[in-house]
Amino acid sequence: MAETAASPTSAKTNAEKNLAARVSPARQLAEEFAAGSLAGTVEISEVPFLTMVGLRTLAGSAAAERLAGVTGGLPAGSGAVAGSGDVSVLWLGPAEFLVVAPTEAHESLGGDLIPALRDALGSDAGQVVDLSANRTTFELTGPRARAVLEKGCSLDLHPRVFKAGTAFSTEIANIPAILWKTGDESFRIFPRASFAEFLGRWLLDAMREYASPEVP
Amino acid sequence: MLLIPCPNCGPRDETEFHYGGQAHVPYPENPSELTDTEWSRYLFYRENPKGIFAERWVHSTGCRQWFNMLRDTVSYDIKAIYPMGTPRPDSAGAPAAESGTASLAADSTTTGTDAPNIPGTSISHATAPEGATK
Ligand SMILES: [Zn+2]
Repeated sequence: MAETAASPTSAKTNAEKNLAARVSPARQLAEEFAAGSLAGTVEISEVPFLTMVGLRTLAGSAAAERLAGVTGGLPAGSGAVAGSGDVSVLWLGPAEFLVVAPTEAHESLGGDLIPALRDALGSDAGQVVDLSANRTTFELTGPRARAVLEKGCSLDLHPRVFKAGTAFSTEIANIPAILWKTGDESFRIFPRASFAEFLGRWLLDAMREYASPEVP
Repeated sequence: MLLIPCPNCGPRDETEFHYGGQAHVPYPENPSELTDTEWSRYLFYRENPKGIFAERWVHSTGCRQWFNMLRDTVSYDIKAIYPMGTPRPDSAGAPAAESGTASLAADSTTTGTDAPNIPGTSISHATAPEGATK
């Protein structure tokens, strides 16, 4: 990613070129995702290049207060999601959080989220790390989305337990992933980039049976 | 498959955790003064009880935090979950007394030799070889 720009103008051009050349971790599955999606039943797509920032800060500290001021709050415990506007903060551990924001929030596209978080932490103990390339995002939606996930996730995904607006770091198809229920029938799944193809194909396979008429 | 109650996340499948071996094995106070035999005992010798065992676990694919567990190695019953750095509860799972001299010694059902671990004085005499303070 390092650029040796001859002049500011050529740097900008190079940056734009680099962004256009980016390949998301599940790009090679895009056509299969489209073909395997079943409108009104269960659909899958990749939401590439979301901005993700790893936060480490001790709850209750002054730095945590300042970081919460930037993100619009920090989640208090397992499952909780905080944030405001299009910035969400997922609870990963007692002192570890994942900020998820739109692509445009990234520094490389002129966004000021990450610098603002860095400034908020200052020199206090903790971390603000750009993790945007660490994971990709799958969006799984539809009335059968829960049934698909239940084939490979041992959490209780029944709506009386797993509410929209909560997220858990867990295992799906035996690989570590973060599962975020964004709506009654919609989920965001964050696999690490190197697991994206495996999980994408696993989900496609799990979705396949719903293409056939239900056997009574 | 064990269902392990993570103190931060609640019950999760065993596959989300990693095992950290026997709990309450303190680093020797003066490792350079140990003989090779004593050092090897610290490094490699662990209890292997038939019954209640105090062990460390980490919730690797969840909150990534370590905790201690009392587990029955025969029945796989999880008797207690307690934070790192706190004393071993009695085998019924009741929390250990915070202080005192004899209150922790009544742990007669275990075959282990874990001495009570008092916070702040983390060297237990049972696992630190005699030569540690020679
Ligand atoms: Zn946990």
